[in-house]
Amino acid sequence: MHEMSLCEGIVDLIAEEARRHGFARVKSVMVDVGVLGHVDPQALAFGFDVVSRGTVAEGARLVIEQIPGAGWCMDCAKTVPLAERFGACPECGQHHVQMTAGDELKVRELEVE
Amino acid sequence: MAGLSQTRIIEIERDILSKNNGFARTNRDRLKQTGTLALNLMSSPGSGKTTLLCRTINDLKAKFPVAVIEGDQQTSNDADRIRATGARAIQVNTGKGCHLEALMIGHALDALPLDNGGLLFIENVGNLVCPAGFDLGEAHKVVVLSVTEGEDKPLKYPDMFAAADLMLLNKSDLLPHLRFDVGACLAAAIKVNPHIQTLVVSAETGEGMAAFYAWIEARASVSRASAVRSDG
Repeated sequence: MHEMSLCEGIVDLIAEEARRHGFARVKSVMVDVGVLGHVDPQALAFGFDVVSRGTVAEGARLVIEQIPGAGWCMDCAKTVPLAERFGACPECGQHHVQMTAGDELKVRELEVE
Repeated sequence: MAGLSQTRIIEIERDILSKNNGFARTNRDRLKQTGTLALNLMSSPGSGKTTLLCRTINDLKAKFPVAVIEGDQQTSNDADRIRATGARAIQVNTGKGCHLEALMIGHALDALPLDNGGLLFIENVGNLVCPAGFDLGEAHKVVVLSVTEGEDKPLKYPDMFAAADLMLLNKSDLLPHLRFDVGACLAAAIKVNPHIQTLVVSAETGEGMAAFYAWIEARASVSRASAVRSDG
């Protein structure tokens, strides 16, 4: 359950932003989670409910946008979709692909009042 | 306007792991002061990590001061085994946590004096998933896999093998008794991480361990050379 520590990271980030921007309540939290990363969105949502209790983020809706995997194929010289980390290029079948998307783990924006 | 609730959107674009990464940077700077080579050892439970570490310490302690941070959910059994080798060891119990985080290492370093130019082994919690995502401030991540596990583990847990610089395939002395395809296992690791280095070892018999020590010594000399000495 490393999602719990990630949720603590999210709640800490929100507390810092609350001090900086002076808001008292968070309605929703938009996070980007890459599908090729090591985070389970369901576990993240569950953990966030638990960890945010008693903080400025309590009751906020966690909106998880799953970012599809993509990579730069060096042989085809273009960006191609990636279904797995270090997977083959779907067009040429070679493994000369550098992952460029799908590993995201960040808080993009907050809806606050 | 006072009394009127106003909803607004704040764009922050911040990495969720940024806090841990900040503590990891602090640890890295601190280890640089003493020119310490820190290795983060990760594996599933039962891969023989502690046995491997004990043998490594016994074989290298004449050349390097060695310190160990042991991560486990409960007990100090592993730290006790390490201390029996004469190395300094600190046990970090993560409780319900499934991995070590950089701040835990920072606290452990407060209580663990390091000699100049030594080795610091961090034995992570036995788990092939969570530890991969958390930078502790180490120089290299080393993943230990044993031949009693599935040869396709690198494909099942790609994050771990993608994050590691070295894979040790341990318990090679058991290979005659098993149907384990070493070539397929190494190929799986290289598929997930084309830059990973691999060594086949047995911590029990010592087979292949010399290559691991050579790997460590080459990197330790880099850490020593790049030390930022306060007296310097």
